Amino acid sequence: MKLHQLSLFLENRPGALKTPCRLLAGAGINILTLNIADTAEFGILRLIVKDWERARKVLTDAGCVVNVAEVIAIDVPDRPGGLADVLDVLDTENLGIAYVYAFVHGRKDEHAAMIFRFDEPDRAVQVLARHHIHAIGAGDLFARLNA
Amino acid sequence: MQRLWNDCAGGFHPASAPDYLPVDRLRELQLSRLRASVNRCYQRVSLFRQRMQDRGLMPDDLRSLEHLAQLPFTVKSDLRDSYPFGLFASPMEDVVRLHASSGTTGKPNVVAYTRQDLDVWTEAILRCFAACGVHRGDVIQNAYGYGLFTGGLGVHYGAEALGATVIPISGGNTERQIMVMNDFGVTVICCTPSYFVHLLERARELGVNPRALRAGIFGAEPWSDAMRQRIQEDSGIRAFDIYGLSEIIGPGVGIECPCQDGLHVLEDHFYPEIIDPETCQVVEEGREGELVLTTLSKEAMPMIRYRTRDITRMIAGPCPCGRTLRRIHRIDRRSDDMIIVRGVNVFPSQIEAALLGARGTLPHYQIVLTRHKGLDQLEVQVEVTPEVFSDKVGALEALQRQLAASIEHTIGIHAAVRLVELRSLQRSEGKAKRVLDQRTNV
Repeated sequence: MKLHQLSLFLENRPGALKTPCRLLAGAGINILTLNIADTAEFGILRLIVKDWERARKVLTDAGCVVNVAEVIAIDVPDRPGGLADVLDVLDTENLGIAYVYAFVHGRKDEHAAMIFRFDEPDRAVQVLARHHIHAIGAGDLFARLNA
Repeated sequence: MQRLWNDCAGGFHPASAPDYLPVDRLRELQLSRLRASVNRCYQRVSLFRQRMQDRGLMPDDLRSLEHLAQLPFTVKSDLRDSYPFGLFASPMEDVVRLHASSGTTGKPNVVAYTRQDLDVWTEAILRCFAACGVHRGDVIQNAYGYGLFTGGLGVHYGAEALGATVIPISGGNTERQIMVMNDFGVTVICCTPSYFVHLLERARELGVNPRALRAGIFGAEPWSDAMRQRIQEDSGIRAFDIYGLSEIIGPGVGIECPCQDGLHVLEDHFYPEIIDPETCQVVEEGREGELVLTTLSKEAMPMIRYRTRDITRMIAGPCPCGRTLRRIHRIDRRSDDMIIVRGVNVFPSQIEAALLGARGTLPHYQIVLTRHKGLDQLEVQVEVTPEVFSDKVGALEALQRQLAASIEHTIGIHAAVRLVELRSLQRSEGKAKRVLDQRTNV
């Protein structure tokens, strides 16, 4: 149920984002979705790719500092209040979310795919199952995205 | 005979005998050598003679080691002012080697050696290496620069005299250093501590683990004890501190023994005093101050009371290793390196120790000084390593705060910590450049 997300440290300067993107492009690796957390001084680039191990090697070999975190892709009902309903469940279960971001594509059966980074990924998987919230498996997700 | 002694794994080497002289015999030897050295300087170095005469002193006034405190100092600018050969006490026919250290004003400081001076130097290095447990059969990678710098050639001849196998690889070309270290079964490496950290890091990236490496003899720049701990933990080798300066002879003035509690000064050749840099008076034993060294056996360029600008203190009491040579605390500060930020004295090594106190950070850092609206700003740039990097902003900001708090706790003023990408700070193959002072006086 869990996906591997790669994170990279970026300095806040022109061209910082381009370097890892070029490296992945050179290796023929497609970025399925990404998110950037920015502060005044630095940024964290978070990436979802299909072949995360190869991507990590490409980036690490080039001298990037890469962190691997487990995240969960969730089918969120694509209607007003869809995300709020999911968050209600997580809230009642007292499950902390570090951050959330979305896929541009990957919509299926009136649901939008979103990436959730939980403080406790393993407990999150159990909670989601108990509440019948669909966590999207890697195979299913990549199929939807034609990756 | 030499081989017999030398095979006992650094236990003892015949050349190390002076390390264990009874203290009263050592003091006698020092006094007689000191008198000869002062005499030589008085006869042959006009600057020194002039200064003695100005004080109404004659070499014969020196009747005890305590009288040394009355003699004039020699300072770094004396070398510059007498450039190139003004402090020589031997005619050029007797000088067999010249070295030079980078001066701050463009012209280097020149130092000279007679045949006997080179023999003394070789003996000093041999005794230093033997004290670190280095012996015949060791393979020594000498990554100090060969050339005008005293590090390369100084270590070279001493290590050869010890009977070890010396690889004169000199500085630079990191990949080749790692290949040689691994393929040649290097057991001992000599370089600056900051360059060794860089070598370690690169070796790890290349997937190389030089298993034979047992010890490192590091010097030529100040480094903190925290840095030593980190090097030893990360590499599994023992990291020894060697001290020296070209004005005195080069490396080999002082060395750590396996107790790693201070450096033994080879005081049968180099006599140490600690003075208060403000009053220039000798301090009480154990008090911190500036190290002043007098050469006792140098011919070509004897130095009387040379002010090293290195800050240290004497360590009282005998060393468990049995050497009777007095010890000085490791030199992690030089007054030359001191920066003054908003009126507060700060040494790079203090910041280094504060950073290393935080878990997982590699000691790659740079101190940047700027001035904003007349106020000094201190920024410490620290590289983000895989060990400390997180995908969460909060974790990195917490790291920044932790490092900033640790620095402020150590030096007493606020420093901004800036996280930078791995390898974005320049790596030095020799002495690390830690401070970038961009303050302009407007």
